[in-house]
Amino acid sequence: MNQPSSSRFINIGERTNVTGSAAFKKLIMAGDYPAAVEVARQQVENGAQVIDVNMDEGLLDAVHAMTTFLKLIAAEPDIARVPVMIDSSKFHVIEAGLKCVSGKPIVNSISMKEGEEQFLEQARICMDYGAAVVVMAFDEVGQADTKQRKIEICKRAYDLLVAEGFPAEDIIFDPNIFAVATGIEEHDRYGLDFLEAVKEIKAQCPHAKTSGGLSNLSFSFRGNEAVRRAMHSVFLYHAIPAGLDMAIVNAGQLDVYDQIDPTLRDACEDVILARRSDATERLIDLAESYKGKSVADEKAAEEWRGWPVERRLEHALVKGIDAYVVADTEEARAARAANGGRPIEVIEGPLMDGMNVVGDLFGSGKMFLPQVVKSARVMKKAVAHLIPFIEAEKDLLPEEERKAKGKIIMATVKGDVHDIGKNIVGVVLQCNGYDVIDLGVMVPWPKILASANDNKADMIGLSGLITPSLDEMVTVAEEMQRAGMTMPLLIGGATTSKVHTALRIDPAYEGPVIHVLDASRAVGVASKLLSDTQRDEYVAQIEDEYTHVRDARAGKSQSVLLSIDDARANFYDAFLSDKPAPPEQPGVHVFPDWSLEHLRTFIDWTPFFRAWELHGNYPAILTDEVVGETATQLFADANAMLDQIIAEKWLTARGVAGLWPCARDGDDVTIHLAEQEEHVRLPFLRQQVKKSRDRANMCLADFIDPNGDWIGGFAVGIHGIDPHSARFQADKDDYSDILLKALADRFAEAFAEALHQHVRTTLWGYAPGEQLTSEALIKEQYRGIRPAPGYPACPDHSLKPILFDLLDAPKNVGLTLTESFAMWPTAAVSGFYFGHPESQYFGVARVGRDQLEDYATRRGVDLATAERWLRPNLD
Amino acid sequence: MSARQHFRDAAAKRVLIFDGAFGTQIQNRKLSEADYAGDLGLPADQKGNNDILALTRPDVIADITRAYLDAGSDVVSTNTFSANRISQADYAAEGLVADINIASGKIARELADEYAAKDGRPRFVAGAIGPTNKTLSLSPDVEDPGYREIDFDELVAVYNEQAAALVQGGVDFILIETVFDTLNAKAGIMAVKQLERDLGHEVPVMISMTLTDLSGRNLSGHTVEAFWYAVRHAKPLTIGLNCSFGAEQLRPHVKVLSQIADTLLMIYPNAGLPNELGEYDEAPETTAGLVADWADHGQVNILGGCCGSTPEHIAAIAQAVAKAEPRAVPHPEPAMRLAGLEPFTVAA
Repeated sequence: MNQPSSSRFINIGERTNVTGSAAFKKLIMAGDYPAAVEVARQQVENGAQVIDVNMDEGLLDAVHAMTTFLKLIAAEPDIARVPVMIDSSKFHVIEAGLKCVSGKPIVNSISMKEGEEQFLEQARICMDYGAAVVVMAFDEVGQADTKQRKIEICKRAYDLLVAEGFPAEDIIFDPNIFAVATGIEEHDRYGLDFLEAVKEIKAQCPHAKTSGGLSNLSFSFRGNEAVRRAMHSVFLYHAIPAGLDMAIVNAGQLDVYDQIDPTLRDACEDVILARRSDATERLIDLAESYKGKSVADEKAAEEWRGWPVERRLEHALVKGIDAYVVADTEEARAARAANGGRPIEVIEGPLMDGMNVVGDLFGSGKMFLPQVVKSARVMKKAVAHLIPFIEAEKDLLPEEERKAKGKIIMATVKGDVHDIGKNIVGVVLQCNGYDVIDLGVMVPWPKILASANDNKADMIGLSGLITPSLDEMVTVAEEMQRAGMTMPLLIGGATTSKVHTALRIDPAYEGPVIHVLDASRAVGVASKLLSDTQRDEYVAQIEDEYTHVRDARAGKSQSVLLSIDDARANFYDAFLSDKPAPPEQPGVHVFPDWSLEHLRTFIDWTPFFRAWELHGNYPAILTDEVVGETATQLFADANAMLDQIIAEKWLTARGVAGLWPCARDGDDVTIHLAEQEEHVRLPFLRQQVKKSRDRANMCLADFIDPNGDWIGGFAVGIHGIDPHSARFQADKDDYSDILLKALADRFAEAFAEALHQHVRTTLWGYAPGEQLTSEALIKEQYRGIRPAPGYPACPDHSLKPILFDLLDAPKNVGLTLTESFAMWPTAAVSGFYFGHPESQYFGVARVGRDQLEDYATRRGVDLATAERWLRPNLD
Repeated sequence: MSARQHFRDAAAKRVLIFDGAFGTQIQNRKLSEADYAGDLGLPADQKGNNDILALTRPDVIADITRAYLDAGSDVVSTNTFSANRISQADYAAEGLVADINIASGKIARELADEYAAKDGRPRFVAGAIGPTNKTLSLSPDVEDPGYREIDFDELVAVYNEQAAALVQGGVDFILIETVFDTLNAKAGIMAVKQLERDLGHEVPVMISMTLTDLSGRNLSGHTVEAFWYAVRHAKPLTIGLNCSFGAEQLRPHVKVLSQIADTLLMIYPNAGLPNELGEYDEAPETTAGLVADWADHGQVNILGGCCGSTPEHIAAIAQAVAKAEPRAVPHPEPAMRLAGLEPFTVAA
């Protein structure tokens, strides 16, 4: 399994370290270097992105061992491809190591332990060899233990190094991870101090990185692997968002954060985040029950073995357990075969579902790379088991059908090593009778082109996961063009998109370029491209789609714009005698503290889940096969927090609504305030895109009677999140912090909904008997609309200051606007009320120069300002 | 103004021209053993020791250098590819390393100054340091992959001796060229750093990698990108590729390096691939057309030739790129960029 060539968090393998691995030490002491080299190889295969080499052992000639080992691994391309971390407490051992390493390594470590002079001398030597360095938070006084000392020492070292010309980006600080839960009170904050120090060091030392040795943390729980694993995972879960860039980690000593027993996880979090004074005692008590957990583990192991096979496969993938995967895959295959199903269905079904779960967990930071690597291995094993069956299925076909339907070259482009998706596509295509030539990962374009030509391929499929792969795909396309090729080019992989393909890759190559969304589409695309009857039409259709995407991007959609005069002539002719009666209670109404309990019943949960990247509609999402469990948990957490917010009155919902007499004046609405001689003018924008049939070119002003009418406005804001947010942030509790912010947003939206209802039934009162369920409210099954500035019907954000003046929003609801018209606090909604029964939402979309110029005049601003305001709606 | 700055200013205005091969030019002159040996009285045959001609036939070296200056070179190199203690030992000439380098440096310096004085256009001298025939990263013994023929400190001393003599001879820069082993280059960098400390002034380096396979790796296995990260600490005046194959095969690797290297880029390929007789027969116009394509795409700052290239090649290149815009040096975001045989960037 390969690793990405760049990464956000780096796992440094610790198994080639005599102080960290008893097994490795034994090999080195015995002089068994070939076996020691194998340890390094396994480590790289297991996902180490950098390997730490340490030979600090009293009975060893460390210089000899270090140089011998480094020279030996230099001869192994599988190992030497990753950078080395030369690890020793003795600088002469480090320098001896530097003389053997040909790439750019990391030195671990130097410090100010012996004073500045020696520190800088050692740093200069590292610089001469071009090495990055780990700087321990250690000074003349000793190792930094408190947050303050960690920060001070690192900052001092940083300033010294940078003044010496040491590149800031080549500095890695190790602010010392110490053992927690030792029973000594001074140690209670060690975990939290590290996390807080990391954050501050990253802020004060631009471009520098941070690292730490993880195993120290759980030192007091030696022998209790379950607790140690949980502590390490919990720590990383908090440390990575705090800015930790790398850690020396035993990948086997990590759990999936979400799957740690919640009681244990909480106890670990209490300890690491120093959340309670009795945290240590509680963890120690709890740890007892995990001690010798092997019995319980076995029981748990037995338990999952009793699950249905689909769930077992998912569990095996998420946990990276390969012990039973072949048997389980076979069971799933046999079960399908018994029902006339095909082996490929096992891949397309449970295996891909399982990998999706892994992808989600990894994406949300709850699984770490080494675990994902383990999952991938399990996946490969399962697929490998199925291949012979898939082949055999092919052999059963009559000779005629056995002939390959076409030949496809597949490759993960240079610079990228991700191949799971590509392999799945390859297998799916093979199952469907295509001859797939898989060039593997990190494939440079000359090889792709040569292979396509040599094999007379019918098409090329490129895959990539990381963003730089997108550029490389463009290069491949350019080179195909340069080479005069014409075969179709298929693009796939997680970062690829139809838009990127259309904008960047397609224009580089005259042959067909097709973005393939996922493995399930690959066969359809390939068969169309190879069909004599469908190919031309399909290629033309795709080309058309991409042209459309490009045009839309360039703001040059094929749609024709009417002149603003013609658009105005085609205005929406509302039946004005239906206009609502004057309000029961005109003027401005302030609601300083709306009941949160009441608002809770108005919450629309679907966008809440969307904010957490959980897609699906509430309440169906709670029972969704894939995200259901997570969504349910999140929903429970959200409701628990809602209970607390309401009970403890964390938040205050402040709102204001106003209802004013007005009239339409062209595309403006003028508001007639009693206390003001001059009318307030609300200039709206009109759709200019030519409409089909008899549809109107709408403008919000169309819903207002020129001969006198009423319009409303509102602003609501949720106040009070700051102290709670700060508290969560101080606790490193990002989850609760995000949860709170997401709930505040929901409250603001709910308030807008509740206030609108109050306006319809009471203040304006045009729908006094309205009885709508919250579902019906969400579906907007009521009369009237409340368009907000900055949204499609009223895209100009700059109407907000006018609205805020009308409502005196800063005074009445404590809302202010930034210079770019964003509302503060951010959990806020504002907009206009239109009461006409025919009023409706629409998108203004593209407007022409003529309307822009007209609008600038109406707003009384220069053209450049108007252009800035309307930018998204202009060509 | 420092030579570094002077050079950068010149390179900001147009694509500069380096020189071409010495070896093939010397071969064409069909020199005899007597020409090579002169009256040095060395105990071994000297025929084939091209570098020693600086002492025994300085007129030949001067002629070739002059031909390149006439062809339009802005930078000329010293004929000292093998003028190091290790290679000269094969000719029992290791005692003359300093003399050869000083003499070679002087020839190039005088001619460069003469041409600069003539037309006012600055000319530069690059003191060429070859890789030696020893490698720090690879074992010559298949049975013992941990064995090395030479160690880092020895090679640093060898390079240091040569670089010091070249600087004494008057070169502007040290060109660490044809790097097939990245660790050798790092030893070269260390040698120059030591020299700078001894002299108390800067000695800018130019570094040029050679690829040994079409996938774009050198003999020690580094990709172009990994190589750049491994030597970037030298703050080289130029980075680039030479020798390897012809321009056609170098193209993708030039593109890669051009995008990532935040310094000037110098490329001097061979005149195509050798034919079945081992001779280079790519026409000057062909080579010029290929390298001009890079210049047209803003991918290079300095162009020249390596094996098989002649003053005619250099003249054709100079003419082909006379109007081209030089490559704009990119400024990538600072990031920790490590390297094994492959690059590894720690995301910001």
